[in-house]
Amino acid sequence: MSDARNGNLEFQRTYAAKGEPFVWLTAMGLAVGLIMVVALLGIIISNGLPVFWPSRVLEFQLKSDISNSVPQGGDKIVGELVQKRMKRIPVLNAQGIKKADQTELQVFVGNKDTYGLNFAFANQDDIASVTEPKDIYRIERLEYGIAFGYPKSVKLANGQSVPSTNATFSTVLAQLCAESTARRHEIENIEKHEIGQINKQLNELRISQKSDSQSAEKLSALDAQYKTLASKASELRATQSASSLQYITPTGVDRSLAIGELVSYTQPNRLSTWERIVLFARNFLNFLWENPREANTEGGIFPAIFGTFAMTLLMSVAVVPFGVIAAIYLREYAKQGFFLQCVRIAVNNLAGVPSIVFGVFGLGFFVYFVGGSIDQLFFGKYLPTPTFGTGGVFWAALTLALMTVPVVIVSTEEAMAAVPRGIREGSLSCGASKWQTIQRIVLPASLPGILTGLILAMARGAGEVAPLMLVGVVKLAPSLPLDGDFPFAHLERKFMHLGFHIYDLGFQSPDSEAAKPMVFATALLLILLVITLNLAAILTREKLRKKYAGSAF
Amino acid sequence: MPAVLSEPVRSHFPTTVNTSTAGRPDFISIQNFSFFYGAKQALFDISLDIPERQVTAFIGPSGCGKSTLLRNLNRMNELIDGISHSGDIIIHDHSIYDPLIEVISLRKRVGMVFQKSNPFPKSIYENVVYPLRVAGQNAKNVLDETVERSLKGAALWDEAKDRLHESALSLSGGQMQRLCIARAIANRPEILLMDEPCSALDPIATVKVEELIQELKSEFTIVIVTHNMQQATRCSDKTAFFYLGKLIEFDVTSKIFSNPAQKQTEDYITGRFG
Repeated sequence: MSDARNGNLEFQRTYAAKGEPFVWLTAMGLAVGLIMVVALLGIIISNGLPVFWPSRVLEFQLKSDISNSVPQGGDKIVGELVQKRMKRIPVLNAQGIKKADQTELQVFVGNKDTYGLNFAFANQDDIASVTEPKDIYRIERLEYGIAFGYPKSVKLANGQSVPSTNATFSTVLAQLCAESTARRHEIENIEKHEIGQINKQLNELRISQKSDSQSAEKLSALDAQYKTLASKASELRATQSASSLQYITPTGVDRSLAIGELVSYTQPNRLSTWERIVLFARNFLNFLWENPREANTEGGIFPAIFGTFAMTLLMSVAVVPFGVIAAIYLREYAKQGFFLQCVRIAVNNLAGVPSIVFGVFGLGFFVYFVGGSIDQLFFGKYLPTPTFGTGGVFWAALTLALMTVPVVIVSTEEAMAAVPRGIREGSLSCGASKWQTIQRIVLPASLPGILTGLILAMARGAGEVAPLMLVGVVKLAPSLPLDGDFPFAHLERKFMHLGFHIYDLGFQSPDSEAAKPMVFATALLLILLVITLNLAAILTREKLRKKYAGSAF
Repeated sequence: MPAVLSEPVRSHFPTTVNTSTAGRPDFISIQNFSFFYGAKQALFDISLDIPERQVTAFIGPSGCGKSTLLRNLNRMNELIDGISHSGDIIIHDHSIYDPLIEVISLRKRVGMVFQKSNPFPKSIYENVVYPLRVAGQNAKNVLDETVERSLKGAALWDEAKDRLHESALSLSGGQMQRLCIARAIANRPEILLMDEPCSALDPIATVKVEELIQELKSEFTIVIVTHNMQQATRCSDKTAFFYLGKLIEFDVTSKIFSNPAQKQTEDYITGRFG
């Protein structure tokens, strides 16, 4: 009995008294959190970054007995190894059902136009040998994605043909590729900007509904302009398909690719490590700066990055003044009591409302009611085509601002409460009014806290998808919310968003398996964007903290 | 409704013109003043005349109401909810509770220095000119002149003149308190209230502030709350002793400390209680 009590005392002295179990508990809590964050980042990075790495193309020679069983035909699979995975297959034999493990290879074979599928699967056991075909080309096309193959010749516009055995072949191909890229940009410029401008003017004329001679003259002038541009564009398009690249797929199918369809090409098995690194960087930059192609599964995601950035920035601009003003009234002027506590609880609970509800509210209030009224007041001549009466980046930003405003209110209130009473009294004793004290002393000293609220709001707002789908996000936006056309910032425009892009690629695209790496790469960029925005806010906050250091005496 | 919105338009506190060199003996006249925090009475029927351009010290044990009374002279207590008072405080013939007088103009005439130095997280320069800025004065020559005059007045000019645009929070504790004094006198108030201005300072800084009080006396009416008996003897002309919210004795400092009329005063100053 007394031994047990001694033991108990002993325990209290050693562990409980020092609080050691609780220290371990807290450390474990942090460790679990850290492990989850690191694992999530690890998965995203390890799946996202290899998308840009030019991997080797392998040739898998299949054993003769299962030849022709692959959908691509032939006795070999040529492509990039995506992954190996274990398959457990029940096998029936003399002893009954036995399970046999098999390793299955997933190979990206490309050539979707020929094979119909981007991937081939083969059991490890069925593979006789693996080699690296030295001369194989990896050709990126505007349509149908990647092609693997061996070039045979280039057919020029004048009917001449340069065979791949010719010494000048590579220079000719490089030159044609560069020319086609330049032409492609020119066509895009004509069709998107120049013809776009004319269309806009035509539209204005049509809406003004004047039928005098002046507008008729203008109409015909515009029409003539349009025709010249259109013919120029179609001429360029014809040139794009005048010359072509003849190649043969690894399984021996002859293909021809119009030079206009050729985006870029590499010989992945001839690259040195340094060239691979350069190509990796270039692929990554292209992904950042290019427009998406092929239902977003190819090309870059620049519009989505820009859309997310612009929306988050607009949201910040909207949420901070709104939240700070509300917090000032709550903290400084409203009479503290039961009613105010109810208001506080209501505001805090607002943060727990499902975001889709905010989306529905944004659609009903901002888009249909406010936007519809704006359209009737200022854009009546365009109706029934809505201008502000449809989803757009402005309404999306306001909807998210509404969703994140509780965070800003709470953190601002806390920061204002933390401003020492001494300096408030000091200000009042100098003959400052209450408002002057708030404006000149309390608010500047609360700025770091306000920024903390903004950081939290941005992190939540930038990653939100559900409400955006109702108030302005689209799969593919024809133009950015900011461009060279007057008035430069087009807040009514629909926009692309990284979060929605992830959803769209992963769950809405026709070939989700092929889009999977892009999903990870996009997620990586979304995280990078949020980190960048937050880092900017955190650095500003540190600067301010230093400025007001010691104010918390 | 917040108080600020419901306040009627009020006039400014009338400013006085100092013509006579001899100060009025009843420059601040506290008349039968009682003060309550909610139901708790903090001050009991206090009547006291504070002479112009002299130093008056309030002494007494903690919780005796001396700070409460001081903070009523510029109505700083009104930041607290649920306070009430009876009686009146008259500064130069005008009640500070006159409903026609704005509290802001009262505070412009009654500067205050707090127990804990409370410089704003701004530059030294901006700290000093703050009372002028909130009064709408932004002319650079006026501000520059004020900074020099106030910092010289607070004996901080030599130490701070080369770093006027550095943060006030980079100053030492004693310098910060002198900066607060400079700020309090920047807009030329008539009265300077000091709530234990030296309690957080080291002896050397204390001596500096005490010397400063002697110099400021020629220009300002100073009321100082102190726990330090020696300080009261050194700097004040008149001393009031408070105990449990009541004014026990008020007289010339030398008399209070050498020959107090009340037994309680004698016990306190000789250290028998408190």
